[in-house]
Amino acid sequence: MQFSPLFSGALALAVAATPAGAYKVYVSNEKDNTISVVDSEKMEVVKTIKVGQRPRGITVTKDGKYILLCASDDDTVEVIDAQTFEQVGTLPSGPDPELFILNPDGSKLYIANEDDNLITVVDMASKAVVAEVPVGVEPEGMGISPDGKTMVNTSETTNMAHFIDTASHEITHNVLVDSRPRFAEYKADGSEVWISAEIGGTVSVVDDKTRTIKKKITFEIPGLRAEAIQPVGVRITKDGKKAYVALGPANRVAVVNGETYEVEKYILVGQRVWQLAITPDEKMVISTNGVSNDITFIDIATDEAVKSLTVGGLPWGIVVAPN
Amino acid sequence: MQHMSSGRLFLLAITMWLLGALNARANEAIDFRIGYLRLDEKRLALSVLDVPPRDDGIAGAKVAVNDNNTTGKFLNQNFILEEVKIAPEADPLPAANKLVDAGYSYLIVDLPAAMVLKIADAVRERHVLVFNAGATDDVLREEECRVNVFHTAPTRTMLADGLGQYLVWKQWRNWFLIRGSHEADKLWAEALRRAAKRFGAKIVEERVFEDTGGARRTDTGQVQIQRQMPVFTQGAADHDVVVAADESEVFATYLPYRTWVPRPVAGSAGLVPSSWHPAHEQWGATQIQNRFVKATGRRMQSKDMQAWTAVRIIGEAAQRTGSGDVQKIADYIKSPQFSLAAFKGQKVTFRTWNWQLRQPVLLSDARSVVSVSPQEGFLHQFSELDTLGIDQPETKCNLP
Repeated sequence: MQFSPLFSGALALAVAATPAGAYKVYVSNEKDNTISVVDSEKMEVVKTIKVGQRPRGITVTKDGKYILLCASDDDTVEVIDAQTFEQVGTLPSGPDPELFILNPDGSKLYIANEDDNLITVVDMASKAVVAEVPVGVEPEGMGISPDGKTMVNTSETTNMAHFIDTASHEITHNVLVDSRPRFAEYKADGSEVWISAEIGGTVSVVDDKTRTIKKKITFEIPGLRAEAIQPVGVRITKDGKKAYVALGPANRVAVVNGETYEVEKYILVGQRVWQLAITPDEKMVISTNGVSNDITFIDIATDEAVKSLTVGGLPWGIVVAPN
Repeated sequence: MQHMSSGRLFLLAITMWLLGALNARANEAIDFRIGYLRLDEKRLALSVLDVPPRDDGIAGAKVAVNDNNTTGKFLNQNFILEEVKIAPEADPLPAANKLVDAGYSYLIVDLPAAMVLKIADAVRERHVLVFNAGATDDVLREEECRVNVFHTAPTRTMLADGLGQYLVWKQWRNWFLIRGSHEADKLWAEALRRAAKRFGAKIVEERVFEDTGGARRTDTGQVQIQRQMPVFTQGAADHDVVVAADESEVFATYLPYRTWVPRPVAGSAGLVPSSWHPAHEQWGATQIQNRFVKATGRRMQSKDMQAWTAVRIIGEAAQRTGSGDVQKIADYIKSPQFSLAAFKGQKVTFRTWNWQLRQPVLLSDARSVVSVSPQEGFLHQFSELDTLGIDQPETKCNLP
């Protein structure tokens, strides 16, 4: 028995068109004091959760059971049950928490406290602060190495990426990058950290072995002034071959070749694009567009924007549940 | 022979000692000494809320020194600030020279234009950089520009253009200009007239409010003012907005709600253009505002921001060059690489023809920021920020 060419063609098409697995996507809406829960397959808002004042940084525990949220103006990190969407507790955070990151085994949460020039380290089991690390002025971006041994924090006014040993809580290296560094993202193999500089308009690729800048990526968009290109969120695919950079008021996400560092494409999304998240199956990258109150789904296979979806007021942070 | 050898030994010893000293120095912190000169005067204001705080400006410099030192601890750089107050009638040179003699290579001045020039010229050959954080006089960037003076304060024409763009965007094109009788008021009015002409607005009438002297505030309060201001504004040609030029704090505060016909007020009252505002929170400004409040117990004002920016410019150049050499710092600030993040939504840079800091202009009422100029649609071939103030083709500054 043989398939006709037409039939097999149709089958191939059907396979290619298989939608991405359905994941829950959580978007923090800074202005509305809400989280939008989005179904990644239907690309629809399925629920809106009321949260504390000025929600920004958002993440999910490794088992997907809890949403963690920086309620910046409440000076707390909220713990929200991902099934019931009820707040079940808080974590100590230090004042004005903005961004944070969980270590790979989910045992420690590292929080940037912008007003105090501190990184607060919270033990997730005991819910206690176990260390405070003094860093530069206005700590913001937080990255962690895949082995969990190094935490990278960017301080916006000091213009540095601080490499912190997670065992000793000591800064081991300070790497000077361009103005107002916002975000630090390790490659999955731990070889590089990519650091965006919002005002400098660049992404510095730092070699993790030497802790020096091996490449500075710049962006040029015809018809846009250099001042409007303000890189913030950065996400890299697991194979390290592709990186996505949110360019703020340039309203675009840049697609960067992870090996040659060439910018391959600029994808028009919404206004003031802040943060990005990649779905676990790596089929979609999703951007939060602050000023246009929406998020944009980008197909990673084609690097085309698929759909923009209205969420709450001034969407800021975004995370996709791992399961 | 014996003598020669001991001489050589001596030289060797000296060389060794020098080398040792140099090595030791490499590990020592580099000090950046910043002098801050300002007037010792009490400023008057019509509203007690507008009386400048005692530490206006210098407080911003202090916060920036803290910021620089937080960064400096990673780079072994140390920033030191020394404040000197000068009487309005005094010669500023003894104070400036004393600072320079003591190793202060960076002078931030919040002084009248004439004093700024006097200091700039006196220290020009002494490898000292001067930062004008107070004077808005265009003349300091034009006819009287200086190669060793950087301006973090905006000019009157920048402020006027920032306001003018917004009024035109709002379609409030007919302006009733009321100016004070003092020299500063005349300059401010001139900048506003220029803005009207540039952006297609029309000054349909201009009146002068004479300062006849007397106290700014009295126990009888607003009783007379309530009758005086409507009469003063009576019978003016049809206008969309009243634009007040009153740097001297004689009348502008009294205009809102008291004009003969109901019209919004802008300029020195109502919608006011400035480099900063205590309620500005956009673009991460919340962070510097919080830091400032924590350090000073009050909110940040324009002059605080201008001084903060000056100190941060020195810090930025120190960080990028890793050098304590004044010439290297100056070269970096003057290079195309220089830019600074200053909580205004885009990097701030210098105009290379007169060393004026390009910066957005905030438009605010007493409570909140209404808009930020340049307004959308005011285009420029190089930087939209250069639609604010006197631009390169019109400049009268001719630096080497």
